[in-house]
Amino acid sequence: MTLYIFYFLSFLAVLSAFMVVYSKNPVHSVLYLIVTFFAIAGHYILLNAQFLAAVHVIVYAGAIMVLFLYVIMMLNLNQETEPHKSNYLKLAATVAGGIFMIVLIGSLKGVEKIENLNAANQSAGLIKNLGQVLYRDYMLPFEMASILFLAAMVGAVMLGKNELK
Amino acid sequence: MVQDTMAQTLHGIPINAYLMLSAVLFSIGVLGVLYRRNIIVIFMCIELMLNAVNLLLAAFGAYRGDSNGQIFVFFIMAVAAAEVAVGLAILVMIYRNTKNTDIDELSRLKW
Repeated sequence: MTLYIFYFLSFLAVLSAFMVVYSKNPVHSVLYLIVTFFAIAGHYILLNAQFLAAVHVIVYAGAIMVLFLYVIMMLNLNQETEPHKSNYLKLAATVAGGIFMIVLIGSLKGVEKIENLNAANQSAGLIKNLGQVLYRDYMLPFEMASILFLAAMVGAVMLGKNELK
Repeated sequence: MVQDTMAQTLHGIPINAYLMLSAVLFSIGVLGVLYRRNIIVIFMCIELMLNAVNLLLAAFGAYRGDSNGQIFVFFIMAVAAAEVAVGLAILVMIYRNTKNTDIDELSRLKW
């Protein structure tokens, strides 16, 4: 049963990822990317990482994709305004991407099975466990992330404001 | 009961399946970066690659029963959010100056 769920989510993720690349309208790309993110959130749930799935949906599907949509609306790209590459370049890109995928899969094919599954620790993804690890072992990086966000916010505002000439 | 189904979930799916899925998603991201000219779509494909790596990190963490992998995924998400904010601000700035979102317009950055 869970195997079928895995296959379905994988198929959904890969298909909508392809549609991100091949759809002509950028708004459609954003919507397909949201579908991909929901499929990946489903994978997180399959991996017992419930909190991670929730954060993924909130941050990616909620915040980042809304940011993308706002920028697309602001730049008025909701129609096909994009000049396309020549067919030769498209073919070259497809061949290069396909060869890259073959090399990656081929190199990962012979990887050994991971040993010593720590099946007893099924609660690793629960919020209680994660909170303890995050606030005890990773306290300093957690605080540094807030400084990073402050810097990013200041940078975005600085870049986004109009020139005051 | 719940613990049993969870264990079966992890044991029923080999880690190689997650490796393959992440490799395919990452390759589609690379393909998109090479294929498209629109900066926004290229940016979205970069996000896709980032998510493929995140998924693999979470998968390995879950298979080892280790929380640290998921913590790292959190931090990667935080950095990605900051990166998207700054990147989209730069993109709006580029659009204001060049009036389009074609990546080939920026070839003068080479010099």
